[in-house]
Amino acid sequence: MRRQLRIALRTGIVTEPPPGRSDVERLGARLAGEIQRRFGRSLAIRQVDAGSCNGCELEIAGLTGPHYDLERFGLSFVASPRHADCLLVTGPVTRNMAEALRRTWEATPDPKLVIAVGDCGRDGGIFRGSYAVVGGADAVVPVDAVVPGCPPSPAAILAALLDVIGRRR
Amino acid sequence: MIATLLIALGQVLVAGAGAPLLVGVVRTLKARLAGRRGPSPWQPYADLRKLLGKEPVVSTTTSWVFRATPYVLVATMLVTALVVPILVARPALGFAGNIILLMYLFMLGTFFLALAGLDSGSAFGGMGSSREVAIAALAEPTIILAVFALALRAETINLGDVVERLAREPLLAANPAHLLAFVAFFIVMLAETGRLPVDNPATHLELTMIHEAMVLEYSGRYLALVEWASAMRLFVFMTLLANLFFPWGVTSLAEPVPLLLGLLALAGKLAVLAAALAVLETTVAKLRLFRVPELLAGSFALALLSVTAVFLVP
Amino acid sequence: MAAAGALAAAAIGLVALVLGLGGVAGSAWTVVVDWLVPLGGLELTLDPLAGLFLVLVGGVALPASFYAAGSAERSARGALAYPVFVASMCVVPLAANTMTFVIAWELMSLASYFLVLHEPEERASVRAAWVYAVMTHAGLACLLAGMLLMGAWTGSLRFADWRAAAPGLGAGARGVVFVLLAAGFAGKAGVIPLHVWLPLAHPAAPSHVSALMSGVMIKLGVYGLLRAGLDWLGAGPAWWGVAVLLAGTVSSVIGVLYALVDNDLKKLLAFSSIENVGIILIGVGAGMLYHGAGLEGLALLALAAALYHTLNHATFKALLFLGAGAVVHATGTRNMEAMGGLIKRMPWTAACFLVGSAAIAALPPLNGFVSEWLTFVALLQNTRIAQPMLNLVFALGVAGLALTSGLAMACFVKAFGITFLALPRGDAAARAHEAPPAMRAAMVALAVVCVALGLGATLVVPALVTVAGALTGDRAPVAVGDWLTLGVSGGFATLSTLAIAVALGAALALPLIALRLAGAARGQRRYETWGCGRMLQTPRMECTATAFADPFRRVFGFFYRPEKRLDITFHPGARYFVQRIEYANPTRSIFDDWLYRPALDALRSVAHRARAIQSGSANVYLAYIFAALLLLLALA
Repeated sequence: MRRQLRIALRTGIVTEPPPGRSDVERLGARLAGEIQRRFGRSLAIRQVDAGSCNGCELEIAGLTGPHYDLERFGLSFVASPRHADCLLVTGPVTRNMAEALRRTWEATPDPKLVIAVGDCGRDGGIFRGSYAVVGGADAVVPVDAVVPGCPPSPAAILAALLDVIGRRR
Repeated sequence: MIATLLIALGQVLVAGAGAPLLVGVVRTLKARLAGRRGPSPWQPYADLRKLLGKEPVVSTTTSWVFRATPYVLVATMLVTALVVPILVARPALGFAGNIILLMYLFMLGTFFLALAGLDSGSAFGGMGSSREVAIAALAEPTIILAVFALALRAETINLGDVVERLAREPLLAANPAHLLAFVAFFIVMLAETGRLPVDNPATHLELTMIHEAMVLEYSGRYLALVEWASAMRLFVFMTLLANLFFPWGVTSLAEPVPLLLGLLALAGKLAVLAAALAVLETTVAKLRLFRVPELLAGSFALALLSVTAVFLVP
Repeated sequence: MAAAGALAAAAIGLVALVLGLGGVAGSAWTVVVDWLVPLGGLELTLDPLAGLFLVLVGGVALPASFYAAGSAERSARGALAYPVFVASMCVVPLAANTMTFVIAWELMSLASYFLVLHEPEERASVRAAWVYAVMTHAGLACLLAGMLLMGAWTGSLRFADWRAAAPGLGAGARGVVFVLLAAGFAGKAGVIPLHVWLPLAHPAAPSHVSALMSGVMIKLGVYGLLRAGLDWLGAGPAWWGVAVLLAGTVSSVIGVLYALVDNDLKKLLAFSSIENVGIILIGVGAGMLYHGAGLEGLALLALAAALYHTLNHATFKALLFLGAGAVVHATGTRNMEAMGGLIKRMPWTAACFLVGSAAIAALPPLNGFVSEWLTFVALLQNTRIAQPMLNLVFALGVAGLALTSGLAMACFVKAFGITFLALPRGDAAARAHEAPPAMRAAMVALAVVCVALGLGATLVVPALVTVAGALTGDRAPVAVGDWLTLGVSGGFATLSTLAIAVALGAALALPLIALRLAGAARGQRRYETWGCGRMLQTPRMECTATAFADPFRRVFGFFYRPEKRLDITFHPGARYFVQRIEYANPTRSIFDDWLYRPALDALRSVAHRARAIQSGSANVYLAYIFAALLLLLALA
């Protein structure tokens, strides 16, 4: 216990400065002002793996670590979609996960956002056209923004999240 | 009369408005110890405000018990804020109860929350309920023995009298019986408020959840009320630890200057306790569920030692 | 026919209630009818303690009889036994000499035997009635032995004469009588380890009878212990009080431990009765110890706490049994694993059962909380007796009581949650219907009484202190606060359930108003329970009663000694495929294994050897008669 405390105090804070502008693609006609007013200071994110290869998941997991630290912007990951404001969908939506993704979306209270992460989320990525894949996330749920990349880096994902909720850096 | 009402209102405001700040401070300290910048201490307020604007989704399996539980939780916490000496030794409802009443008011909240967990009809909710009531039941003997130890020294279990009588003994911080009772009560606080090493409040793994598992189905304003009640529970427990065992600063007068000093003293004591909690949560791993009874048995042994020490060290 | 019996019992109950209230208020009378009963005649005396127990009988018999009149669990055999049961329970507290007492006691046992046996075709029912009959008559034997010994030593069979002559008897004699009487009364009260009949008999009887048996009949065992420990034999030495206190502590903890793991709703309630009798006995034992040490104020407090818990338990246990009866009637089963979702189909029953569960879990501001609070406050002041061994016993009592109340809360979360909440676990539960109006009225009346006893604590406690004072012979008034606040022992502790109730009510309304004012989103959307996106959501995914009790089964494994039974049926064609898995995790009763089975086996082997006497030959029998004749001539 003491050793851990000593390491913690010696290492100090390693959080990097926030990333710059992102190249998030915005879809849908949601008012940016309304999103910022509601979620500008607090956004609960529920990540849904709709058949991804887990490359995007690894990048998203990096967000909770000390270097990228998404909690400093009021963003947090939650376990239950009932607690969530935003669904972070990764992967091309496979046939087996289509219904599960729809139920997760239905279980999330309104108002809610859906952000598709990665090229797979946009239109199926490298799995586009496969017999096992339904299409991008927008084939099953209404998508508000897409973060392009295969996989997008944590900095890119964080920048996209900040831009979607309109949070100043 | 007016002064009593104003102080009562003040206590409710301090407890209600200060509780999310306490939770936020602990979270920020934990983040700093983990090398992160972490959220701002005022983040819980933003979370609660956002939740109030969301339309809740309620499961078709549930009944009125599920929807009533958040209100019952908040009600029990607000009433405890009127009984516990937060600013003054004798708050408005101090005559109406004592530590045993507080113990049972907390149990009232746990009872309804456990029922709400069962009401959702999901396996997680029922699992959380059964674990939560098991831990609450096993923590009861320790609380009552700690109360007994305090009652032996102060010859009363009325909170106001205990605070005043203990405040007259400046050397009690060094009394072994007192310190043992404090440690035992601290462990019980960890169990009752769902902190590490008993329960991880930030876990996402349902199979490791105890308190969180019962609130998985709540959303919108119901979730806001449940989170607020849970923050108030931590606040009230920490205030009990601070003001009952180290009652410096708690005033018996109803004048502005002593009250302000009391508030500052409380803030200082809570800051120390919050820092201790943050350090503990960062350095200690969560116990396996069936090791928790051993921890509670250990705290019971400490409380028993504290009672016998009162006889040996007058 | 059965309705006539129920109405007769209700009338008797009403008379008892009125007489009892008079007795508590102070009216005292005696009725003597010499020729009605042999060996002393019928003698009835009303004093405050008897009055309190009459109030108990009447107060529970009234709603139970209305419930019986409205229920469909009728049978002709219960029609006569039920009013006899109620009437004999009224006579027991009033009895003033041995024969009256014993005859009323035996009538009570016989009547309840017939009521327990109301389904003679069921083997379980027959066994339950048999065990009950054996245990109650073993208790009767102890009672008779004690009372007749006392009669022989004091020269009279009247209780008033015992009161006068008891100080003259030696400590040994009084000790023997106390042990015999206590054993008999403890058996009736269901104290561990004499409790085996309770969890068998109470579930087997119809619900209104279970309510009376659990609410009133076992309290008559407590009545007897109060008389034996404090009244008839005078104040006893400390070991009497220690024995009662320890028996109460052990009973309460073990009772609730068994209740936690039971899946039969009525058996759970029966074990919970054992637990509550333990709590009452903790108060009685503390009272006896304080009385022996001369601390009259504390003795009155402890006894008042015990009497209050007696009243409260009668109310909420009767309520719970009537609710359980409605549930069993609607679903046709007592197994909690087949219930669920009943709150939507039986809202009134569910609401009343919730009040009863909250009351028995000692949640403020209901009545169970007040009596447990009083018991704690009485126990916590034990350092006024400056004897370390006694202080240790009290500390054990305190810790045991705290553990019991926590476990009782868990037990009733299980009882209410599994039975009424979530989705129905079986077809019968899915088709359940609400109870008929008479049953509903009885339950609502008892629920209202529970709330009233909790909020009106400041009115009830002074009356109980007076009753306790009449029992211990100390009539000095003890201050217990004013109309708003209960205050005990000169500032040791105060409680105001009325203030707490008002504060809780205001605090419940506050968030509602505040949310409205803050403009929070109103309304809600209905959707299915979050199941991690699973396709199929069935009631089989809910928490089961067995799963709910699992943490307790593990923590207290040394006590339950659970055995795991796993039965796997493989596919006949290939052993890699499983057709059916059956898992059971029953607990074993250590009392059955270590106490009753060895005792019964020993009895059986002795009886087997004694068979040798009956050889069947007439010559041997003539030889026995001749030997007996010679022996009697030699002795004469």
